[in-house]
Amino acid sequence: MTAIPLPYRVVETRPETADTVTVRLEPVHEALPPFAPGRFAMVYAFGVGEAPVSVAGILPDGGLLHTVRAAGAVSRALCALAPGAVVGMRGPFGTGWDLPLAAGDDLLVVAGGIGLAPLRPLVQAVLAAPQGHGRLNVLIGARTPDDLLYRGELDGWARPYCGITVDRPGAGWRGRVGVVTTLLDEALFSPAGTTAFVCGPEIMIRATARDLLHRGLAPDRILVSLERNMHCATGHCGHCQLGPLLLCRDGPVVGYERAEPLLSVREL
Amino acid sequence: MGTATTDSACVLDRDGLDALVRVLRARGRTVVGPTQRDGAIVLAELESAAELPYGWGVELEGGHYRVIRRDDEAAFAHSAGPQSWKNFLLPQRVRQWTADRGPDGELTVRPERHDPASYAFLGVRPCDLRAIAIQDRVLTGGRHKDDAYRARRDGAFLIAVECTEPGATCFCVSMGTGPAAGPGYDIAMTEVLDGAGHRFLARAGTAEGADVLAELPHRAADPATRTAAHEAVDAAAGRMGRTMPPVDLRALLAGTLDAERWNDVASRCLTCGNCTMACPTCFCTTTEDVTDLTGDHAERWSRWESCYDLDFSHLSGAGPVRASGRSRYRQWMTHKLGTWHDQFGSSGCVGCGRCIVWCPVAIDITEEAHALHQEALDKDSPS
Ligand SMILES: Cc1cc2nc3c(=O)[nH]c(=O)nc-3n(C[C@H](O)[C@H](O)[C@H](O)COP(=O)(O)OP(=O)(O)OC[C@H]3O[C@@H](n4cnc5c(N)ncnc54)[C@H](O)[C@@H]3O)c2cc1C
Ligand code: SF4
Ligand code: SF4
Repeated sequence: MTAIPLPYRVVETRPETADTVTVRLEPVHEALPPFAPGRFAMVYAFGVGEAPVSVAGILPDGGLLHTVRAAGAVSRALCALAPGAVVGMRGPFGTGWDLPLAAGDDLLVVAGGIGLAPLRPLVQAVLAAPQGHGRLNVLIGARTPDDLLYRGELDGWARPYCGITVDRPGAGWRGRVGVVTTLLDEALFSPAGTTAFVCGPEIMIRATARDLLHRGLAPDRILVSLERNMHCATGHCGHCQLGPLLLCRDGPVVGYERAEPLLSVREL
Repeated sequence: MGTATTDSACVLDRDGLDALVRVLRARGRTVVGPTQRDGAIVLAELESAAELPYGWGVELEGGHYRVIRRDDEAAFAHSAGPQSWKNFLLPQRVRQWTADRGPDGELTVRPERHDPASYAFLGVRPCDLRAIAIQDRVLTGGRHKDDAYRARRDGAFLIAVECTEPGATCFCVSMGTGPAAGPGYDIAMTEVLDGAGHRFLARAGTAEGADVLAELPHRAADPATRTAAHEAVDAAAGRMGRTMPPVDLRALLAGTLDAERWNDVASRCLTCGNCTMACPTCFCTTTEDVTDLTGDHAERWSRWESCYDLDFSHLSGAGPVRASGRSRYRQWMTHKLGTWHDQFGSSGCVGCGRCIVWCPVAIDITEEAHALHQEALDKDSPS
């Protein structure tokens, strides 16, 4: 499961934005072991290469959703896949979002850009078992209104709060403009009993965590999903090191009490 | 003539060494050991023990390597050469799998078959014995195993030779890896060359090692040979060319990420990556995906890659995480001496000195460690 890719067929593709596509995959024969929110797969585009991609949806029939932004050779090839195409899949890899840690807590789900993809299955898990926690707040930042993912689903996520803000408004945008942390003023949570789940560009993660600490969240209640170059996902290629961590193994989801001192060293 | 067992030592003469290579080859093993070739002592397949570098030594310094004629016939009086055993256990390029795409888009992935040569490594220095154990831990000690490495490693028979002639760049004593052989060998030997002749005190570490020894012409270890062997190894411990500062290196490296010294070393380092290629524990690889002309046959290869490559830490959109040479040298050295402990439960440095010898500008990991230590001391007690 972890060394040799298993064939998965693309059964559906859904364009999310101009450069981002959600693909639904089903195993051709054997399925990988079950995924959990926050974990990732190595997805192989035939002849082009592999990329680490978080699971964006875990379907009851063994199917998986991945939302991929075209950023380079492999991700472009994945975005260009048509239904019927076959990819190779390895996984699941990495630490997931620790939802049990947040039992009874208010939840802050904070996403920047494609960072919403790994948070989507977490939100779905929360919505499926609403009695396990307090209030669910989803805070989404996007570059422009056109870069917003999962548009049709967001209304159902406001339990009670789902806010959206953009960096650059387009014509006709009536919503908020500004960084995602500005939404924290609207979210409904009591800091002493809140767990935050944060994914996005690293500067967004650091700014968000700083704000949350300032508002009284404990560092180990701020879970962040980090990104580094990854080739093997099995802890053998050395690329995903962040100081003492191998992020394919010890991450990508890391508590901020561990991440903070590492992220504050330049070029670590 | 006695029967060697795992706890009894015996003595081999040079004809015993000849027989050792013969016996191992007869058992179907590819014997690899040191031999003098083109001005270096390299590791290569040996057809007979006559190819060992009898009478050759090495002169080592930062950025300097030269073979020299010795005035005796010692076979193992040389320290680490340009290669290490990882060249055989973790080859530079390895095909991981092949894949074919059928007419209907169907994907068939075929794992590589792992039937590697069954190696016998003759002349594994104690530091390198530890380096093999460290790579074992990295590649097969975690949740995911590298099966190809495991197969090569399981098939390998290790003959350690303790060090009696450390090089000027050696510091195994500081790293606790030599000059006596630690665990992990099938056979360990100590070369003795004195008035009583040229011989090898040998002991088995495994049943197979004992089997092999029993097949060789040997005699029970005599007290004089034992004493001479132990004294030679003890003396070697006192003749290390380099030392590490006598502090907790992991803590030193964790506490000096912002040191001024990194700028100093960065001004000298060419980020050429030689140190990573020569290091017996450096394991980092990258992947290559290739297709043939039809486009329907693809292969996945892994090959050595260096953390000094700018692309190593590349992130789409963001570029390299470690853009400066300073951050790349720091990554390498803090990984070797510090964060390796966090990741794999030991140091990543065995004190073999290769990185010092093969650095084109003579950057010396021990000198850098001493400088970091000094800078930390100065910071703690400003005068
Ligand atoms: C744990 C994890 C989860 C991720 N989840 C998603 C997701 O759900 N959706 C999504 O769109 N993207 C995700 N990414 C980012 C995605 O993996 C990269 O965009 C992708 O690898 C870029 O490869 P490329 O060949 O398309 O780009 P190129 O820029 O052409 O890649 C060049 C080289 O850099 C390496 N590389 C470049 N960027 C990255 C990167 N970010 N991570 C690892 N290797 C990289 C590639 O392996 C390749 O060798 C995730 C990354 C990680 C680490
Ligand atoms: S870091 Fe240098 S001295 Fe240490 S094991 Fe590697 S090559 Fe040898
Ligand atoms: S330390 Fe020396 S060998 Fe290593 S990258 Fe720098 S110049 Fe090259």
